[in-house]
Amino acid sequence: MQEALRFLSPGAEPVDRADIVEHARSLQRGSEAPSRGLSLTIRGLRKSFGDNEVLRGIDLHIPAGQSVAIVGRSGCGKSTLLRLIAGLETITAGTISLGDDARPEDVRMMFQEPRLLPWARVLSNVEVGLGRERNSPDAQARAESALIEVGLAEKRTQWPAVLSGGQKQRVALARALVSQPRVLAFDEPLGALDALTRISMQRLLERVWHDQGFTAILVTHDVAEAVALADRVLVIEDGRIAQDFTVDIPRPRQRGSAELAALEGAILKNLLEGKEDTSDL
Amino acid sequence: MSIIDSISRVSSPKLPRVHLIWPRACVTGFVSARVLPAPSDVALAGWKLLLSGELVRNIWVSFWRASVGFLIGGSIGFSFGLANGLSQLSSKLTDTTLQMVRNIPHLALIPLVILWFGIDESAKLFLVALGVFFPIYLNTLHGIRTVDPQLIEMGRIYGMTDGELFRRVIFPGALPSIFVGVRFALGIMWLTLIVAETIAASSGLGYMAMQAREFMLIDVVVLSILIYALLGKLADSASRALERLTLSWHPAFQKH
Repeated sequence: MQEALRFLSPGAEPVDRADIVEHARSLQRGSEAPSRGLSLTIRGLRKSFGDNEVLRGIDLHIPAGQSVAIVGRSGCGKSTLLRLIAGLETITAGTISLGDDARPEDVRMMFQEPRLLPWARVLSNVEVGLGRERNSPDAQARAESALIEVGLAEKRTQWPAVLSGGQKQRVALARALVSQPRVLAFDEPLGALDALTRISMQRLLERVWHDQGFTAILVTHDVAEAVALADRVLVIEDGRIAQDFTVDIPRPRQRGSAELAALEGAILKNLLEGKEDTSDL
Repeated sequence: MSIIDSISRVSSPKLPRVHLIWPRACVTGFVSARVLPAPSDVALAGWKLLLSGELVRNIWVSFWRASVGFLIGGSIGFSFGLANGLSQLSSKLTDTTLQMVRNIPHLALIPLVILWFGIDESAKLFLVALGVFFPIYLNTLHGIRTVDPQLIEMGRIYGMTDGELFRRVIFPGALPSIFVGVRFALGIMWLTLIVAETIAASSGLGYMAMQAREFMLIDVVVLSILIYALLGKLADSASRALERLTLSWHPAFQKH
């Protein structure tokens, strides 16, 4: 990646952008992949807000580089679990360990809302993602290559207000990717997008996950999205992990294929059965 | 097209403008020269005062008082707004007191201010600063408190220090509201200054108008009022230009 960035520095010979991306990707696969992601181990995790116990003992191991989707009804605690992993809430009891060499910049989170700074140009918004390295001399070059990665290089001098919903979310993805995180947490990042934009965003997420090899944790209410993107689908119910499905369907996955539909049906059946037992309709 | 757009488009060329009625009413004798002098008389009075140097001196004195008072009151108001918006402790200590003082009309303090400062420059500066203080204080405070908490959370996740968070997220987020305060304050600035100069001063536009009244120079009185209007308009245009410059990211200020 560093070598690719040197091409972007001023005074360098003009190089075709597409070549840079390809070159950067091949370097990445060669040197850092496959296990740049961090493995994640959660033991006896509990979280209460006042008297309300949201998570009641989660035990979970996610191997490095796996992509995991967490599904469940609203209020089941799936977003809280994600916020705990990202360090946005304090733990009531239990532990979350990411390995000894994990730095704060290694875990990045993407929200349902893009949360871009409206008063900063697209490129500056991506630079925010560099954390403490955002004042380093190569910050701009790194932000530009992250924008190329999400296909928005030509928008770098625009204000966020003029972008579409899908484009804003892609800028937010570039901001999350620019520091080369080793764990990326997604909190329903596609929830506010229209159906077609969602599908192209899902392809983009799958591609960057494949290219960069981070550990991906995706919270979603869309079971079809979960089975299309993840290696593994966890169903959370009443603050506990109720089911753990492995999705061993080879990639690239064909949307609407019989295998995906069958698995989606099984998970949905599981979720709906849980609903009939309780009376919180 | 919105309703507001269509109203302004239809009505602006057809409605007679006030400044076009004025000369006609004077020439035809519809309005007596003792009530409202003709624009030509006002212009002549202005020319005479300009030649004697009196006009420029008085405008300069008033402008100086207005801007210095604005800077003093505005910076104190801005600092309190920042402090109380960012710190719970500071807000608990000072906000209630400030809200109490705010409810006293600052012009009601003129007798007290004359006793304190005489009719010195400091009396005028004090009154202007006091008048300007509150709109800037309140709007800065409001702007900071209403910055999107999701953006602040985002800033923290991405490792911004407190200083960076203020510079990159909180201050730019509060800026539109601060500008609302500035424009309110500019109006109050002229109002206060003119009242103060009319009551107790030995120079300035308000003093010039009061002197003219003593000698029944109605053209000079009207001239002073027109200059007030012009200066007020200038101040407003300046703040709008500054707004367009710093808020170019805002959808409301983008060119279509």
